[in-house]
Amino acid sequence: MALKTEPFVINIGPQHPSTHGVFRMRLTLDGEVVIDLEPVIGYLHRGIEKLAEGRTYTQNIPFTDRLDYLASMSNNLAYVLAVEKLAGISVPERAEYLRVIMAELQRIASHLVGVGCFLNDCGAFFTPLLYMIREREKILDLFDMVCGQRLTYNYMRIGGVSHDIPDEFLPALDKFVREMSGFIDEYDQLLAKNEILLARTKGVGILPKELAINISASGPVLRSSGVKWDIRKADPYSIYDRFEFEIPTGSVGDAYDRYWVRVQEMRQSVRIIQQAMEQLPSGEVLSEVPHLFHPPVGEAYGHIEAPKGELGFYLVSDNSIAPYRFHIRAPSLINLTALRDMIIGWKLADAIIVFGSIDICLAEVDR
Amino acid sequence: MIISNPSLSLERYLQTPLEWAGGFWAHWGVFAVGIVAVVLILVMAFIWFERRGLGRFQIRPGPNRCGPFGILQPIADAIKILLKEDIVPAKGDKWVHWLAPVVVFVPALMIFAVIPFQDKAVLADLNIGILYVVAISSVSVVGVFMAGWSSNNKFSLIGAMRSIAQVVSYEIPLGLAIIGVVMMAGSLSMNEIVNAQTIPFILLQPLGFLIYFLAALAEINRCPFDLLEAEQELTTGFNVEYSGMKFALFYLAEYVEVLAVSAIITILFLGGWKGPLLPPFLWFLIKVFGVFFLIFWVRSTIPRLRIDQVMAFAWKCLLPLALLNLFITGIQVIVWPEALPWVMIPINIAIMVILVLLWSKFFRLGGGRVEV
Repeated sequence: MALKTEPFVINIGPQHPSTHGVFRMRLTLDGEVVIDLEPVIGYLHRGIEKLAEGRTYTQNIPFTDRLDYLASMSNNLAYVLAVEKLAGISVPERAEYLRVIMAELQRIASHLVGVGCFLNDCGAFFTPLLYMIREREKILDLFDMVCGQRLTYNYMRIGGVSHDIPDEFLPALDKFVREMSGFIDEYDQLLAKNEILLARTKGVGILPKELAINISASGPVLRSSGVKWDIRKADPYSIYDRFEFEIPTGSVGDAYDRYWVRVQEMRQSVRIIQQAMEQLPSGEVLSEVPHLFHPPVGEAYGHIEAPKGELGFYLVSDNSIAPYRFHIRAPSLINLTALRDMIIGWKLADAIIVFGSIDICLAEVDR
Repeated sequence: MIISNPSLSLERYLQTPLEWAGGFWAHWGVFAVGIVAVVLILVMAFIWFERRGLGRFQIRPGPNRCGPFGILQPIADAIKILLKEDIVPAKGDKWVHWLAPVVVFVPALMIFAVIPFQDKAVLADLNIGILYVVAISSVSVVGVFMAGWSSNNKFSLIGAMRSIAQVVSYEIPLGLAIIGVVMMAGSLSMNEIVNAQTIPFILLQPLGFLIYFLAALAEINRCPFDLLEAEQELTTGFNVEYSGMKFALFYLAEYVEVLAVSAIITILFLGGWKGPLLPPFLWFLIKVFGVFFLIFWVRSTIPRLRIDQVMAFAWKCLLPLALLNLFITGIQVIVWPEALPWVMIPINIAIMVILVLLWSKFFRLGGGRVEV
């Protein structure tokens, strides 16, 4: 006898422990199997793009902190790069190095949270997350030293960085860098060969290479599908062409690969920081830039490899003190567009894992 | 004398012949009240122990504000929870919603009627003790389903459906693992099973212990089988619409079940109250807490399985292993009934290692996509 069944619509979010913010998934379930998914976004829309048009170029830097709040330094960097490109401002050597150090530290911090939350979504009861948070705490302490803030740094300035680093920063950074690779090894040992983790993530939520390119995915999501694309190598900004590092890529594009790529990227970031520390020159950290300046009429697009993917700022100038148009290419939003294709056909529990493995930040998606 | 050595006075009480007419009921009343009190105190201790222990695992202190070492935290939690408003969902089934916590809590408590805390210190020394435990403990799942159904909430319903499938499946390997012990002890009575253990059965029945432990984790919905309250998916599942005292009953029932499972493992596999030097009751408690430590150690370490993987694990892994264990134990009991334990221990441990390795070789979890 065939039982009569009917699909079952369930709302995951906007208030839900594993939607990482105020994301909402409208899932249609057949039993436990997801047969349709409709993502609903916009609960955290603050209109940052429009607000930014009413403020001067310098005043917009704090706004960028509030995009992906787990990677404020990277957001700062992308924005100031775009403005410097627009206005043709040069940056002192030392500031470039400091920017790279901060951006890579930020990448480690963001990936730690991403990986920790992903493992939490797998059902590991907070233990991995709290260990990751312990390491992230050390990075936040380092940021606290240089700019006095732990979450919204507002550290980068147009033409450099706001302060030079204090004396105690470099020894602390050195200690952190030496310890960090050991910690990554430890996590790898504890987790990467865990039978349950493999069973839950291997082959789950595959994003094929072609689809990943077609939706213009970027960051670890793209690289885990086997595409060797990293803005730091493809279009080197700042001084990234001076460092040696590799681009880890996955092979299948499943949830496990996305996790693995993030772990490997942390190792590469540690390598970059070590090189930057050795080469760090002395000198000025901020070039002479007036508070109000009029960039020539034109447009500029500054993009960086942010922890979550290609973060770009598109600025149009009409020779006034504020941008005429301010657009953010948010990697989280664009990576999220693949969600439906990845989840359909998997079970409810997998939907949570796949969503967690994309590692999005809703403040950046909704802006 | 009574104060200085409670276990001795208990022994004396147990030896007193219950001659007068109301003797049986007096005995029953004293024990019932005593057991409920002991169970509730132990549950409080468990909650505190787990939260402190999890804190240690997760590099944080855990609750440490209420009393020394946060020892009063469970009491503070209880008071908070009792003062909460009791909410019934608008379109929920009011009576079923009210009844469900009772149906979950009472059977969990009733298990302790046959748990011997030391020799003869048991409310009812049933000659079918362990059978009674298996029967009673499977009633709880009805309550869970009632809760999920009556809440008129989709998350609750999914959680309840999952728990039915899971508990019914794991009942079978659970029962089969117990039979191995019963064959060795030659009795179903909990008291007799402990007395039959000259050496703990965990050494003679290592595979049985493993199967029982895993199946029991699924039975009490503990990690990695905590699907019905999977927080990341179902926001705590079947009890999401409960608050106040009703929620407290679910919460208590969960820990009472954990306590029961720890006690049963202690009795079946770890030699119950037996042990040198310390009084028997203390030995029993030490072993129970040891088992509980193992349970939340697993919880703090391992991610959760998916529902189809959980079911596959029960039917494809635990059930065949349990049947094999039964078969091997049967042969051993019939062919070498007088075999020296020191010969059987290495043989049985070797059998366990070989079987587990064999199964881990052939049995792979994973996959699970459905074409839509």
